[in-house]
Amino acid sequence: MSLVGARVLRKEDPNLITGNGQYVDDLQPAGCTSMVFVRSTEAHAKIRSIDTAEALALPGVLAVWTSANIAQLANCPGGLPGLDQPLLAKDIVRFVGEGVAVVVATDRYIAADAAELIIVDYEPLPAVASLSAAMAPGAVVLHEVLGGNTVHFQDFENPLNEAFAAAPRTASLHIVNNRCAPSPIEPNVCLADWGRSGLTLWAAFQAPHHLRNTIAQYFGIPQDSTRVVAPDVGGGFGAKINFVPEFFLTALLSKEIGKPVKYTQTRSECLVAMLHGRAQEHDASVAFDNDGRILALKLTVTQDQGAYPNGTGMGLPVLTTAMAAGCYRIPAVAISWRNVVTNTTPVAAYRGAGRPEASFTIERLIDLIADETGVDPVEVRRRNFIPVDAFPYATHSPLAMYDSGNFAGALDELLKHVNYDELKKEQEKRRQDPAAKLLGIGFASWLEIAGFGPPGSLEAFGHLASWESAQVRIQPDGSAIIFTGASPHGQGTVTTYAQIAADELGIDFDRISVKHGDTAVVPQGIGTMGSRAVAVGGEGVKTASGRVYENAKRIAAHLLEASAEDIIIEDEKFFVKGTPARSVPWSEVAWKSFQPLELPGGMEPGALDSTVFQQVPNFSFPSGAYCCVVEIDRETGGVNIVNMYLVDDCGTVINPLLVEGQVHGGVAQGIAQALYEHMLYDPSGVPRTSTFMDYLVPAASDLPGYITGRINTPNPSNTLGAKGVGESGSVGAPPAVVNAVVDALSHLGVKHIDMPVTPIKVWNILEGAK
Amino acid sequence: MIPAQFDYVEATSVADAIRLLAEHGDEAKLLAGGHSLIPLMKLRLVTPATLIDVTHIKELSYIKEDGNNIVIGALTRHRDIEESDLVKKHLPLVAHVAGEVGDPQVRNRGTIGGSLVHGDPAADLPAAALATGATMVIAGKNGERRISAQDFFVDFLETDVQPGEILVAIEFPKHTDAGWAYEKFVRRAMDYSIVGVALQLGAKPGVALVNMSNKPHLAVSASQAIGKGAAIADVLAVINDDTNPPEDLNATVEYRQHLARVLTQRAFATASK
Ligand SMILES: Cc1cc2nc3c(=O)[nH]c(=O)nc-3n(C[C@H](O)[C@H](O)[C@H](O)COP(=O)(O)OP(=O)(O)OC[C@H]3O[C@@H](n4cnc5c(N)ncnc54)[C@H](O)[C@@H]3O)c2cc1C
Repeated sequence: MSLVGARVLRKEDPNLITGNGQYVDDLQPAGCTSMVFVRSTEAHAKIRSIDTAEALALPGVLAVWTSANIAQLANCPGGLPGLDQPLLAKDIVRFVGEGVAVVVATDRYIAADAAELIIVDYEPLPAVASLSAAMAPGAVVLHEVLGGNTVHFQDFENPLNEAFAAAPRTASLHIVNNRCAPSPIEPNVCLADWGRSGLTLWAAFQAPHHLRNTIAQYFGIPQDSTRVVAPDVGGGFGAKINFVPEFFLTALLSKEIGKPVKYTQTRSECLVAMLHGRAQEHDASVAFDNDGRILALKLTVTQDQGAYPNGTGMGLPVLTTAMAAGCYRIPAVAISWRNVVTNTTPVAAYRGAGRPEASFTIERLIDLIADETGVDPVEVRRRNFIPVDAFPYATHSPLAMYDSGNFAGALDELLKHVNYDELKKEQEKRRQDPAAKLLGIGFASWLEIAGFGPPGSLEAFGHLASWESAQVRIQPDGSAIIFTGASPHGQGTVTTYAQIAADELGIDFDRISVKHGDTAVVPQGIGTMGSRAVAVGGEGVKTASGRVYENAKRIAAHLLEASAEDIIIEDEKFFVKGTPARSVPWSEVAWKSFQPLELPGGMEPGALDSTVFQQVPNFSFPSGAYCCVVEIDRETGGVNIVNMYLVDDCGTVINPLLVEGQVHGGVAQGIAQALYEHMLYDPSGVPRTSTFMDYLVPAASDLPGYITGRINTPNPSNTLGAKGVGESGSVGAPPAVVNAVVDALSHLGVKHIDMPVTPIKVWNILEGAK
Repeated sequence: MIPAQFDYVEATSVADAIRLLAEHGDEAKLLAGGHSLIPLMKLRLVTPATLIDVTHIKELSYIKEDGNNIVIGALTRHRDIEESDLVKKHLPLVAHVAGEVGDPQVRNRGTIGGSLVHGDPAADLPAAALATGATMVIAGKNGERRISAQDFFVDFLETDVQPGEILVAIEFPKHTDAGWAYEKFVRRAMDYSIVGVALQLGAKPGVALVNMSNKPHLAVSASQAIGKGAAIADVLAVINDDTNPPEDLNATVEYRQHLARVLTQRAFATASK
């Protein structure tokens, strides 16, 4: 029986749900000390002086550092040269939350008390806390070397003026894609121990080798004695692939004071110091005919990079513009983007990273076309879909060569669950009844780019390479250990990889362990991001397992005096096809694989051990069709999601339970962006949503039940056929929700509402329409 | 998110608490459920030198019937009030409101006394105390004194509890078999109200508003109008009298006053059923 496709319970869960997980903060090596930051309370200011005397005098304080103590050190890796963030602010601070000083003390309470005693004298400068302010003429400049606040501008190759002039109809939207704070349950945490045998850094991170390589390079120390360990990691959402000053500071301070140094970010710090996501503004125009067929699309993305642009953040508008056309055949597409710095927290990848922004805009435009032409939104989608027989499909972007998809199929499947005609009748009825809540139905046929990626793709973001490693090691008793360079942090990869390996190896699922996260144990690795763990890493597990299995068969054939081609396996027993009575168990094959005298000619001991650096030829393209039904309270403006129908196409499903979990979580984050979350700043750059009282992360009780369906279009770029599903929900949900809200209000002439759709925004619209 | 240093002492009785309050002076704070105090300490918005833990004073955790009153000890947890048959029977509004506070974790720790003394205009239980016409029983070195809920709330996070005093009980007049309703408008289920309305009908009606003023707010004119049997439209016309609603990310003054009207109307519809 195949395990791939089965609803197998997670191997990870017994530990995690009984509180026996081990996170970095749980580690408490002997002599462990604690580091605490003093963070800027100013958005933009010169530092006149920092008085550390009182803090240093506090008993238990071991060190207090400002930029003066590390003047010779390079800035934090990952940034753009000349615009990168210092480990501690030098002379000037550029966002609220930027590190200004650190204290190390024997415990965290003393460190926090000492941090309170540090007096920073700021000379405030004017701040720019929004894109419009940063781009206004005469705006204060964050980085002198830029001469302005635009980091990079990519103009249209061809602005499609003729196509737009000739089109029967055109429409435009200005869209603000709201800034979000990733907010994993576990904030940034690290623990450094730099002793005689080298540097070990335990870090809540998604790509430990990436960090190991970088930190060794940064300090000019050899990688063999630099070890990074990401144990259990409590969520990342992309925020934990960024290099942050604490990694380098704890390491250096550990070396300096000769003790382990731990840093655990507080929740308040996490909201301003962990890198944010989204923060784009779009100017989008479409040209179309009277039947709703799209003739041309034009999109300018303005990306808020926050105070210090980084490689990942710079990649966001590239991904957004690459996916601008969604799942539609659009004859002409023009893209342009601009990266701008502001006095806000730096921006980087956040679940979906650039693709939710793309799908939101194109799906809003589709509904706008429906609204303008009177053609039903479902029909507008159908008329413009890339047909099933058009793959591989070259888009306007060299990055996005769509290799597969069945967009109409997903929509058909969705409509089997949604009683669309009834809902439309109900909507009309309620519009006539002033006491009834308004009803809205919103669709999103979304598509994203995932499975990062083909050679060169992750290198562009500063990674070593784009493969993922898998090592399959058979133990003498016939159990297997798999080492993976993908570093899971909640995905359930330990379970899915064991399923894949169990099928390939014929070894019982319960006798397969998966190890990850430790650079001293795992072969080179890349990490978990961009929905790549199964599409790339899982494929590697399959390849390596297959190689091991071939060798195991040769050993079994030798022991059975048969030919390897005739050997099959069942219940962990190898036998010649047709003669199950004479068999040799996996345990014996494994045992003998280590004994030279038992091996077939030409085979060396250790043959049941294979390491693969799995490459894939293309990205993957998960897609789906979602429908959201909302009710709007006419008196309060409150929006309530009544139903959420979700059809995903992530290709082959390894474990439906985990796919559903990823979809549920991704959709929750999508709904959060659509209705709740918005990291807001006042004009002076002070965060207005600096606690969970104001930055509203929804809880389970605020989310609807989901009705899920699925179609399977296998991924042609790997043999598993899996496309990845980690980010899907966050790509598909926001446009479905907002389309539903706009649909509910469309009879009032509403064309668009920016996220998050709050009760007061809706109430203002309803009042305005009176 | 890391509180400043503080000392910790445990009070074993009301008298002991009063003695400890006198001993430690202004720098001391009583610790009940900690669900308002500890968040403020973690943000270092308050930095008491000493916490006097009163949660071990068993004599302050009770719900009992006393003639025409239901008396609730100040240290009774929200959860116990929510589940009490006595409260459900005679003060269904209070039982319901206790069940609307935060989430189950909060309700299992937080105490009614802590909620009332904290004096947060956005909190739920103060509104229930105002609408039902409760009386606070406060103990100090000179014995016990009583004060109406209306006079108890003084300003933002400020009540009539004086230095050296402890709230020991709340006396609620029974509202058996009378109509009631609580309307809480929130964006997330666990949140404090953007606006809330607590309505008690019957012989001694009252309507109180949540997050509509600098302190928990009894809508005096509206309560009087209800008492005189005024039509709902007339009640709504005065519901925002004397309010002073805050402006924040969730609401403007205008929107809050609108919500107060909408929620009062809904409360009436529910309470009159
Ligand atoms: C996540 C979360 C969500 C919440 N949501 C809500 C909500 O939706 N609605 C709501 O109303 N509340 C909410 N709360 C607050 C909660 O109800 C608190 O429990 C309550 O406000 C305080 O009660 P406590 O027993 O925890 O008091 P503490 O926090 O221990 O004390 C609060 C204050 O009262 C003083 N005090 C306590 N007891 C006495 C006494 N007997 N005599 C004199 N002074 C005393 C203390 O010194 C302190 O100043 C929430 C809290 C949290 C953490």
